[in-house]
Amino acid sequence: MNLADHLPALQVALPLLTAPLVILLRTGFLAWLAALLASLVSLGLALLLTAAVLETGTQHYAVGGWAPPFGIALTVDGLSALVLLLITGASSLALAGGRQSLRLDIDNRRAPMFYGAWLIAMAGLCGIAVAGDAFNVFVFMEISSLATYILIAAGRDRRALSAVFKYLIIGTIGATFYLIGVGFIYMMTGTLNFADMALRLNDVIETRPIIIAAGFITIGLALKAAIFPLHIWLPRAYTYAPNAVTVFIAACSTKVSIYILLRFNYAVFHGNLLGHSDLFAVFIIPLALSGILLASAIAIYQVNLKKMLAFSSVAQIGYIALAAGLASQAGLVAALLHMFNHALAKGTLFLCVVAFVLTSRSATIANLHGIGRRMPWTMAAFVLAALSLVGVPGTAGFISKWYLVTAVMEVPGWGVPLVVAIIASSLMAVVYVWKFVEVAYYGKAPGDDTAAMEVALPLRALIWVAALSNVYFGLFPQLPLALAQSGTSTLLGGLN
Amino acid sequence: MGAQTLPVILLLPLLGAVAIALSGRWPNVREAISLLTAVTLAVLVFSWFPDVSAGARPAVTLSEPLPGLSLALSLEPLGMMFACIASFLWIINTIYSIGYMRGNREKHQTRFYVCFALAIAAAMGIALADNLFTLFLFYEILTLSTYPLVAHKGDAKTIASARVYLGILIGTSIGLLLPAIIWTYVATGTTTFTLGGIIQGNVPGPAVGLLLGLFVFGIGKAALMPVHRWLPAAMVAPTPVSALLHAVAVVKAGVFCVTKVIIYIFGVDFLFSQPSAQWLQYVAAFTIISASVVALYQTNLKRMLAYSTIAQLSYVIMATIILKPLAEIGAAVHIAAHAFGKITLFFAAGAIYTAAHKTELWQLAGIGRRMPITMGAFTIGALSMIGVPPTGGFVSKWFILAGAFQAENYLAIFTIIASTALNAMYFLPIIYFAWLAPDAPDVDMAHGEAPPAILLALGVTAALTIGFFFFNQPLLDLESQLVQSLPL
Repeated sequence: MNLADHLPALQVALPLLTAPLVILLRTGFLAWLAALLASLVSLGLALLLTAAVLETGTQHYAVGGWAPPFGIALTVDGLSALVLLLITGASSLALAGGRQSLRLDIDNRRAPMFYGAWLIAMAGLCGIAVAGDAFNVFVFMEISSLATYILIAAGRDRRALSAVFKYLIIGTIGATFYLIGVGFIYMMTGTLNFADMALRLNDVIETRPIIIAAGFITIGLALKAAIFPLHIWLPRAYTYAPNAVTVFIAACSTKVSIYILLRFNYAVFHGNLLGHSDLFAVFIIPLALSGILLASAIAIYQVNLKKMLAFSSVAQIGYIALAAGLASQAGLVAALLHMFNHALAKGTLFLCVVAFVLTSRSATIANLHGIGRRMPWTMAAFVLAALSLVGVPGTAGFISKWYLVTAVMEVPGWGVPLVVAIIASSLMAVVYVWKFVEVAYYGKAPGDDTAAMEVALPLRALIWVAALSNVYFGLFPQLPLALAQSGTSTLLGGLN
Repeated sequence: MGAQTLPVILLLPLLGAVAIALSGRWPNVREAISLLTAVTLAVLVFSWFPDVSAGARPAVTLSEPLPGLSLALSLEPLGMMFACIASFLWIINTIYSIGYMRGNREKHQTRFYVCFALAIAAAMGIALADNLFTLFLFYEILTLSTYPLVAHKGDAKTIASARVYLGILIGTSIGLLLPAIIWTYVATGTTTFTLGGIIQGNVPGPAVGLLLGLFVFGIGKAALMPVHRWLPAAMVAPTPVSALLHAVAVVKAGVFCVTKVIIYIFGVDFLFSQPSAQWLQYVAAFTIISASVVALYQTNLKRMLAYSTIAQLSYVIMATIILKPLAEIGAAVHIAAHAFGKITLFFAAGAIYTAAHKTELWQLAGIGRRMPITMGAFTIGALSMIGVPPTGGFVSKWFILAGAFQAENYLAIFTIIASTALNAMYFLPIIYFAWLAPDAPDVDMAHGEAPPAILLALGVTAALTIGFFFFNQPLLDLESQLVQSLPL
């Protein structure tokens, strides 16, 4: 067995083992550098895994050589690969672009601990993506959640403390619900391995514990995924976290919860429970729709740029949930594609926020008037990513919206109202995005200072790489599309 | 030339935009680059004319993000004409802009020239689009790149108008045009423009009218009532923007898209057989008459021209929806004829503003005696709007009327006659007052003609307006290819 065969394990082990070493480093700079390197190597591993999945199909790994269902199994299919790319990509982007901003937000003395927590969070998220059994998912979920609470609360803004407390309570409820559900299933089937579970559920279908388990798991994960109206923890957590942390978690943390939600509801329940997909649709589609419409409307009235983008995230999660609830091939492809494309757009937008706050010390829109004239490069990138968020053709956002609309058009009877809702929400996205763009370019700057004040070239370059990736994946979406399609076929076909 | 070089038509103005941005510090270099780009682009576009006229249809695919949905360019008669008009008038407009922007000491001139080049690139993309997806992409880019031009002044009133502009154009395109495109794609599996249409047999009868509605109102740039409000709002822009974009590139892109959708997506013959599509001619007729009536009541010169444009755009839609060969040719020719006439009128309006700072109609009394060249050009443009020979406006009106008689469409005939009368009613008094009336009281009359660059530009377009009456054969030959498949 050569090293390449251990990729699934390395994906988790590398950041997890680097974390304690990072804590030992003396200065914030070294700790940051080590965390960035670990993150980049993880991204490399994720790319290798993706290539392997696209080439030879699902990758299986038995930890310690113990064969499943007795040992711990790691499974990487197209869906996991997609999520891994998101996690490691977002972490690398946030760390690379966030150095200056984090130095201001985090005490140099505590910085090594902070970067250690960062790596643990990343390791936990990666663990969820590769884990092949329900209990390890829970373990990694707790690891990543606890570390994420630290990251969010680490900034200087004390409002983050109350925000993170709310997140902690709700997150714990979500995780507990999930654990209760998994417990019921274990009780009935005697297994925790997803593949095994999907097989054995057959014998106990339509028993009350299993139905209750499905309910607990779905609601618990919907809480963690911030599906409207279970999103209440999200806006404040995103807003008051250090800006670089927001880049990281906004791009991937809710997506990981959606990933596991889809894994359970499709790969495990879908084939076994009679009428499950109808039930799931009835539960999730109304919530998704209200999220799409209401969160977009709320976003229009935000005075803080970060909060506006956070509410926009709730709406975008609604798109993903809506597409996933359709229980069709096209719908799932749309959901997975949108996970990827939305992460690209939101990551870029929050990275621009990092730059704005670096120069103007505020994320309140009133203080950012005229910023487009002072920071033309960053603002242009912001506009580009915002267009992707709206779904303008030529950007990645258009591709997933196209898939989403074609998928909902297949729904008998409901096609037209759903399309109308999606379009209404897109138009609201135009409104809230443009409200900022307009004052950024034409608003009167606070004070009389109108000199240019762009951020340093490396950060600007990084922002532009991120912004252009929105265009690249809008014109050449083959990679995420292939992963989404392969992920869909595993979800609908059950685990191999 | 191989079809592989088609993207150069788009890249050239883009490169021009970059070069203009980099040379912003040296106004002379910047404007030389603008002019050079415009001339090169026009030469490049016109070099395709003989081939396309001879029946060639060069096409190239750039990328295919989704199966059946590709970024592809091609040249066909309608797009060829639109590209020729837009690129050629860009040269003249650049000369005019130099005179206007310097004459009025406008700020942010670099941004102005950059956005202008971007808008032209988008217009070229619309002209060359081979399918609805590509069309939509460049349509949105055109909207976004013209926003900074409309909001150029940057004060609260301008921003509010620019918001109306963007809101209506983006709103209709995402809210109506995009669903129409997706519907077309889902129903037919393709969005490629095909002579004869792709809808037939794929969309049931009554739904055809609905789909047509989504398209024509979704293409807000065509300014069909009630989605016309953005055009008067856009008049806050500097006059060169109103002239090239809101008399030629943007609004013509709108009617061009409508014509293209009707000819290449619905198919003329198919649509003629669909009773559910007939409503469009009533809406077009209503737009022509009511916009002309509203124009009668305008007191601001540019706003009056804007309402006149709204009416003239609906001529093109009306001509297209007559769905007879001669009328289709008339629609295409009217895009060209109106472009020459209306850009002349806007140039004249800008010349008056630059030289005399006058914007209201009542201030124009006796101005012809001080600005004879400008008002001479204005008179020619106005006559073309009315459709008096020997101007270009007569040629297109002739074809549209001939098509209407061919179809025995009395609504169209009546509308065109009535609107001709209305056009005369709001243009002729201005001409009369400008030349013959005594000077308006309390108005500063101590001014002469506009700067030479402006006069040169409006002289050329006025000459074109007349020249088009005599030399239109190449264009007629080109556009008659559109209808060769149809029985005359």
